[in-house]
Amino acid sequence: MKFTILKTLGASAALSLMAASTAWSTECIAPANPGGGWDFTCRQIGKILFDIKQVDAPVQVTNMAGAGGGLAFSTVVAERNDDPDLIVAASSATTTRLAQKAFGDATADQVRFVGAIGADPGVIVVAADSPFQSLTDLVEAIKADPASVAFAGGSAAGGFDHMKPLQVLKAAGFNDITAVKYIGVDGGADAITQTVGGFTQAMTGDMSEIVGFINSGEVRALAVLTEERVPGFDQIPTAREQGYDVVAVNWRGLYVPGGISDADFQKWADRLQAVADSDEWKQAMADNGLAPFTKVGADFQNWINDVIAQTAELSREIGVIQ
Amino acid sequence: MDLFSNLALGFSIALTPWTLILAVIGCFLGTIIGALPGLGPSNGVAILIPITFSMGLDATAALVLLTSVYYGAMYGGRISSILLNIPGDEPAMMTTLDGYPMAKQGRAGDALVISGVASFVGALLATIALALVAPYLARIAYKFGPAEYFALYTLAFATLGGMASNNQAKAALASFIGLAIALIGLDNNSGFARFTGGNLHLSDGIDFLVAIVGLFAVSEVFIFIETHGKSSAVGVKLGKVTVPWAEMWSTRWTMLRSSVVGFIAGVLPGAGASLGSFMTYMMEKGIAGEKGGFGTGVAKGVAAPEAGNNAAAGGALVPMLTLGVPGSGTTAVLLAVLMTLNITPGPTLFADRPDVIWGLIAALLIANFVLLLMNVPMVKIFVKILMVPPAVLLPGVTMISFVGIYSLSGSYFDLVLMILFGVMGYVFRKMDIPTVPVILGILLGYQMENNLRHAMTLSGGEWTYLFSSPIAIGLWIAAVLGFVAPMFLRGILKKPPMPETDSTVD
Repeated sequence: MKFTILKTLGASAALSLMAASTAWSTECIAPANPGGGWDFTCRQIGKILFDIKQVDAPVQVTNMAGAGGGLAFSTVVAERNDDPDLIVAASSATTTRLAQKAFGDATADQVRFVGAIGADPGVIVVAADSPFQSLTDLVEAIKADPASVAFAGGSAAGGFDHMKPLQVLKAAGFNDITAVKYIGVDGGADAITQTVGGFTQAMTGDMSEIVGFINSGEVRALAVLTEERVPGFDQIPTAREQGYDVVAVNWRGLYVPGGISDADFQKWADRLQAVADSDEWKQAMADNGLAPFTKVGADFQNWINDVIAQTAELSREIGVIQ
Repeated sequence: MDLFSNLALGFSIALTPWTLILAVIGCFLGTIIGALPGLGPSNGVAILIPITFSMGLDATAALVLLTSVYYGAMYGGRISSILLNIPGDEPAMMTTLDGYPMAKQGRAGDALVISGVASFVGALLATIALALVAPYLARIAYKFGPAEYFALYTLAFATLGGMASNNQAKAALASFIGLAIALIGLDNNSGFARFTGGNLHLSDGIDFLVAIVGLFAVSEVFIFIETHGKSSAVGVKLGKVTVPWAEMWSTRWTMLRSSVVGFIAGVLPGAGASLGSFMTYMMEKGIAGEKGGFGTGVAKGVAAPEAGNNAAAGGALVPMLTLGVPGSGTTAVLLAVLMTLNITPGPTLFADRPDVIWGLIAALLIANFVLLLMNVPMVKIFVKILMVPPAVLLPGVTMISFVGIYSLSGSYFDLVLMILFGVMGYVFRKMDIPTVPVILGILLGYQMENNLRHAMTLSGGEWTYLFSSPIAIGLWIAAVLGFVAPMFLRGILKKPPMPETDSTVD
């Protein structure tokens, strides 16, 4: 009897050790549950780092979900501030939330952003039978009657998906952005079902979320929010081509603790650049609908600062922050 | 016919010794994970993900292992519900209502066998339905907008009144407390934190697993300490396990109806297995009426939720595979696994990767038969795990609860919260307030509020939007009937018994 329970306890302890062990040399924190962008970033970058011999042991991935990444951020700042063997997955959501003070009092300068090595391009799509044939049709309809178009997206109100159409509308000279209808559902696929079902008129999300639905012909993409058309999806015009100068990509990258030395920071920047240059990463990007987007080191930090300033301004206008 | 050639393809992939071994391992681990309070199917699958990667399994093998664990956990959840009055996972919550009374009457074996067979029927029918109609059924999701979902959740709460038949007011109080707890966290529609007191740990809201383990398992520990084990649930004896054929046969329609309802609940994204088991239990309770004796330990009371939640588990795979929309926490984790294996679920998956889909369906069919064997003739193995002396078991349950909850977010905060829920559960039990509605409130409150707010955003604040489609109106009518009918039925049943009312046996 006792033996049975001991075995059970042993098994569960072993299982949880596997899930939460931190005994490896390099640790990558994915600030969310398994699945989704951050988990992907940690697992792919971690795997490639080891495969191309940039690190000596397999990178251990720790999932630390909570507060949309805020829990991981505050843990890194408070407890791991000088750990040179720690990397944390980051994306546009990280900077959006930092800009909106969604991580409490945390600010972007408490950590160091290493770089981004790929991006999921922002898209605006409509159902296949929608009357809107171009981004201009959609923008003009909203200008005429803001209540006539509702957007669905996979992030909460004020999140990155919400910002995309607002940026386009501002570029079009429409400033009454609080009148734009947006509902935040659980993920991009859910947003598409609402749009195909006719409950919302357009969906705003990432390229990777819509690939299957584009191929099956259920939705049409009106615009991709990149500088140039995305390889493999050359039929989708950019917003820029249609006269709206908006680039919104969900970049995938890393930050490291703020207290590490410049030498250690440079070491991570070099490693990340090596991953970006590897064939394995190019394959992983192609398989997952990511477009090339490489900014590493000091360049990236400047770019991040600009993005945060812009997001904060837009957030103030829609009333997400004061 | 396409179906058979597809199935043949599936079995040719799934029927290798290696995948069969994985299916057996998955079923065994899944049943244990399901039976242990606090470890549900979603943690089970999440814990095994690193193992599948480190073993270098290909897509089909990894899916076989993980879905076996998923189905296994759905089966296993009932074991601790029946024996300990602690649901092994959240969909098994409803099984405590009749399963535990049966166990107290010394009929734990009967309850385990009937619920095991019900699980099999539900899961088998759901798997067949998945194979037959998945591509078409996915379209149901397109018919459900915010108004329809809100009506669906209202239906769930409207039927709650009938659940705690001794005191409806207490059930209502409990469900409102649950709904209030669901408000904690970041407001999805404005981005503002509500009731978090500035605490980052609370900004994602309260995980319902924390609440379940606290309300059921931790409060059980308190009761046990207080009464020195006398009135505690722990320690129910299991005699010889025999198959109560006649009683099982009497639940055949219950199992079939519950499988259908459970499957549909599973297909609807966001509704999931918990709603499936809840709706089937309430439906069967309504059909049986007051004389059905639901809540006192009847076979139908364990057959309905188990057929329902296992069918919902199969149903939840439909939107996950065809739309990429996870119908439950576990399918969200499975979705993540598919993405890491470079399989993108979506409308074209059935055409693009028939090997994966049909291999998976074949594997699910195999897993089902393995699970039936493990959970009926061999159920004693799992029962033994839970049947050790209370003085050993209870600390064990407590430890596993703590480990399970800690593994959710790796934060001590959830442990403190769990203990607080334990105290709350203890107080509620002393005051005879049911705890199941609290959980339902936490579970459904977030979605219910979100859908109402979405509906109001889309309609510009026009409330008639909530009744603007035939599906929504149908659900509203069902909700009103579900709320009002028990009051009248109770009135009728209080009259002297009519001579012509026949006696339904059980």
